This record gives sequence, structure tokens and C-alpha cells, in this order.
Amino acid sequence: MVDQAMPARAGGIFRRPLRVAGLPVGAVLPRFSLHLIAVLLGIILMLPFYWAIISSLKEMQEVRRIPIDWWPRVAQWQNYVDVWTVRYFGNWVFNSVFLTTIATAGTLVSSSLAGYAFARFRFPGRNLLFTLTLATLMLPGYVLLIPNYLLFWKLGWLNTYLPLTVPFWFGSAFFIFLFRQFFMTIPIDLDEAARIDGASYPRILWSILLPLSAPVFATAAIIEGINQWNSFLRPLIILNKPETFPLSVGLRYFVVNPGDNLPKDHLLMAASIMMTLPVIILFFIGQRQFVRGVVMSGIKG
Amino acid sequence: MVARTAAAPRTTLIGARGTLRRDEVFWAYVFLTPWIIGLVVFILGPILFSLGMSTFSYTLGREAEATFVGLGNWVRAFTKDELFWPSLGRTFLYTAVVVPFSVFGALLTAMLVNERLRGTTFYRTVFFMPHLTPIVAASYIWLWLLGPQYGAVNEGIFQLGVWLTGTGFKGPGWFSATEWALPGLMLIALWGAIGGNMMVIFLAGLQGIPQELYEVAAIDGANSWSRFRHVTLPMISPTLFFNSVLACVAAFQTFESAFIATKGGPAYATWLYSLHIYRNTFELFDMGYGATLAWILFICLSVFTYIQFRVSRSWVFYSGEVR
Repeated sequence: MVDQAMPARAGGIFRRPLRVAGLPVGAVLPRFSLHLIAVLLGIILMLPFYWAIISSLKEMQEVRRIPIDWWPRVAQWQNYVDVWTVRYFGNWVFNSVFLTTIATAGTLVSSSLAGYAFARFRFPGRNLLFTLTLATLMLPGYVLLIPNYLLFWKLGWLNTYLPLTVPFWFGSAFFIFLFRQFFMTIPIDLDEAARIDGASYPRILWSILLPLSAPVFATAAIIEGINQWNSFLRPLIILNKPETFPLSVGLRYFVVNPGDNLPKDHLLMAASIMMTLPVIILFFIGQRQFVRGVVMSGIKG
Repeated sequence: MVARTAAAPRTTLIGARGTLRRDEVFWAYVFLTPWIIGLVVFILGPILFSLGMSTFSYTLGREAEATFVGLGNWVRAFTKDELFWPSLGRTFLYTAVVVPFSVFGALLTAMLVNERLRGTTFYRTVFFMPHLTPIVAASYIWLWLLGPQYGAVNEGIFQLGVWLTGTGFKGPGWFSATEWALPGLMLIALWGAIGGNMMVIFLAGLQGIPQELYEVAAIDGANSWSRFRHVTLPMISPTLFFNSVLACVAAFQTFESAFIATKGGPAYATWLYSLHIYRNTFELFDMGYGATLAWILFICLSVFTYIQFRVSRSWVFYSGEVR
């Protein structure tokens, strides 16, 4: 049906069944044009990466040469080694990995417990508590950040990792919701069968639900892991010793505090790419879970 | 479970249920303990406290000098703070440009990906990469890309001029020019959004549209535009609404790109509202005033979202809704 409506201009290999659902231009433009649009869009979106990568492979002088070299004369892979010699860069990478791991683990443990309680238990105050939980999602970060900053200051936590790790061990509304939604899709008959066999509630969570929950844990780990890795404002206001910074805050020192006065743009680009790579790799490992998580939280949210 | 067995005598039923429930309630609260503590200590307590803060003039570390000013901080924001209204207006402008472009851009990208072209998974991954780039890294990359002198974009504009007219065009100053810095930030946001989360959510929405609707429309002789206008758009409208609300909330709080690329400059051209909060709270340590500014942000967002919900009744179509 659709095939007939479609002009055969593109002919041959491009002429495959066209889904009616698509672009309004879909039926007018041959599929070749759609490929052209996709490729062009892809090139435009990739240009910043291309520019960052070639800049990161240039020599210091070559970076600021006019006219611009669109390809490094000699690829300076050495730059990626030199980045590590920039003062504290090694610390920043380690700090980022450390903070991301601790905070993400905390979010997963505490949020999954609360999600389990909301999904499987009847108890007084459940609806009120759950509504309250969802309501906190509406709050903009600043409203909480400012009084929390004061709290951390009072506790003497500024310039420590405590504000960047401890709060995450007390749950996060978004992930509690995500876990609850997932646990509710697991048939309750499984719980009840285990219950009759005398299993306790923690035992049910551990032996029945957890083995079935790999997808939601992967989703939550990826989303929260990326959030934590990218986290900027919190460490920026909490920490002020350069050696304690995570990578996101440390990158600023390539620009703001170069030490010597030599331009470090090529190293900054190399460092930016090194900061991006783990995220992209993590995404590729868990791509399917991630997309499912986005859709789940998006559609049902 | 025993409690649910209809044949059980009533007394047993109540008894069993009673013991079961006590156990259940106990464990529910055990599992919820961390969250309840977190809710009180890091969320509800701080909210109340910050409302209180907003009625004080208080600099961090000088509690002795804290004075109660009532609504003084609000009056100060509205009448005395010269950066307040401009920063709010600038943030509105930024949001008003970024949200429509990124939402409709993401919808178009999703429709393109939904065409099931050969290699569509590859395209989708490529489109998604900018969204995955940490905003900090993305800001540095764009700062370098849009460099007035050594940036690739201006060099491209220059070469275009050489190719067209024989003399090079001079590109804009981007982050060093007052009129081009804000558009520069908008570009960073659009770059990340067009193939990002919104595209994925739209894609799921598009795939949820029953094919029969398109078939019926095609039988009725609808052309591709009417199919888009009268089938795709109404069916996708809940997703469109959801994405728009979230995009507004996010755009209104934009901080990292402005902080890194321009630090609000040049000449306050990119001084967004979040930078204003940051400056007053975490650089000047004017905590009471900072809390007030944060509450104003919250109120703005609430009103904004409320209006969107009101307006949505006239354009969002829920297929399961009883009218």
C-alpha cells in the first residue's frame, strides 16, 4: 500500500517498504534523501568531536596556527600521556572514580530498599510517604543545595568527601520510583510462594527479587553513574583544595591556572575527551538497559 | 497466603492477618529507614530551614550579625538588585529559544530514526553521543570550537567567504561578544538535546502509535502532511507535553555551560539566573539572599509548569481519556 504511494525515483536498493508513521516528507522524498539528511545531521553533530580530537593530537604551537590545519601534521599521541603529567590530573581521575563509585553504590542500595517497601508492603502512611517522595522530584536543586550547604558547614563537612557521598546513601526519589515501578512488574505470586515456605522479607528481596532485577540495577547504575561522573556544582562549592577535586572541576585548572603561561588547549581537549570516553563506553556496555530506563522513567513518569 | 484463603474460619483469618501485618509494617519501615532519614535531614528539614533563611540577612560564618528582615530580601531582589530582572529576563529568553528548538528538533530526529533506515541503530548512536558528553567537557570543546580566532567555526565561515566572494567572511566573536555569547550557549544546549533523551522518549512514543490509524488515514486519502498533522501529532502530544515541561525546567536552571564558557560575561551578557544565585550564595556567602533567590526560582518554575498544565488541556490528547 505504502510502496505504491511512494515515488520510485530512488529506485533499486533504496526502495524498501516505507513506514507510514514517519516524517511528513517521508512519502515525498525518496529514502535516499532521508539517508542524506541522517548523514548530514550526523556529521554536524560529530563536528565538535572531530575538532576536539584533532586539536588534542596537535602540537602546542600548531593548535594556534592560522590558517587552521584540519588534520594534525604529525599526530601527537604523546599529548595523552602528557596530560597525566599535569599536576593533580592523576588525583582528579582517581577522585572521580572513587566518588562516583561510592555515591552510585549508595543510591542503588538505599533506593532499591525503599522501592521494595513501596512496591510490596502495605503499611500505614504509605500513600502519604510515596506522594511526598514524588513531590520532592519537583524541587529545583538550588532550593535544597543552599540549606544543605549550611548544614554541611555546621557539621564541619566542607572540604571533605562526606557531602559528596553520605547523602546518597539515604536514597533518591527518582530511583526509588524507578525501582518501585520495576518491582511491581515482578509477579507477587513468587513472593507469596516464598512466604509460605517461611522466607523472611529480607530473604525474599535477596533470593527472589534481586536475581530478577539485573535490568533495573543496570539502568540505575548507568544513569546515576553518569550523573555522578558529570557532577560539577556540588564538588565546586564543597571542595577548594585542587588535589581533592574530581575531574569535572579539575579541568578548569587547564584554563584558569596554567602554572606556566603556555597555552594548554591541546591538553585540555585531550583531557575533555578522556573525561567523555568512560561515559560513552559505559553507555555502550549497557545501551539496551539504558534506553529502557529512559523510556520507563519518561513514559510512566 | 492464609489470610486470603476464603475457606478459612473468620477468627483464624483475622488472627493470621494481624500477625502478618505487624511483621509487614515492621519490615516496611526497616527498609524505608534510610529514605525517611534522608527525606527529613536532607530534604524536608532544609526546605523549611531555607524558608526561614530567606527572612534573614545572614552572611556565612557571622551568625551573631544575622538580622531578621522579614520580606526584605524579596524587596531587595525586586527593587534594589540591578542584576535580578536582567538575569531573569535573559533566562526566559534562553529558555524560550532553546526549548522549542530542542523539543521539535528531537521530535524530527526521532521521526527520522523511526523510519527504519538501513543502519538506523548506527544513526541513533551517533545522534545520542553529544548527549552523553559530560556538560563540562562539552562546554570546553565548544569554547574552543567557537573561538573567535582559532576556532573551527569561524575558520569555516572565513573559508566560505573565500569560496563565495574571494575574500573571507569575518565570523562573530561568540563568547567574547556580548550579542553572540548567549546564542553560543544555546548552540551547546541544542547540540546535546537534539539526539538526546528527548529523542529516545519520542521514539518510544512514536512506536506506540497503532499502525491501523495510519492505514485508515491512508485509505481516506490523507497525504503525508495530514497524516503527520492529524495522526502523529495528536498521538504524540502527551510525550510532546512531557518533554516540553522537563526541557523548560532544565533550561531554566542552566548553569555549567554558562559558568565554564563565559562565567556570565562578557558584560553580563550570559549572566543567567542560576549564575546569579551561585554568585550571591557561594561567592559572596549572602546565604539569606541566596535562599530567597532560590525560592523565587522555585516559584517561577511552579507557575511555569502550572501554566503549561492548564494550556495543555487544549492541545494534549490522551487516547484513554474519558471526556
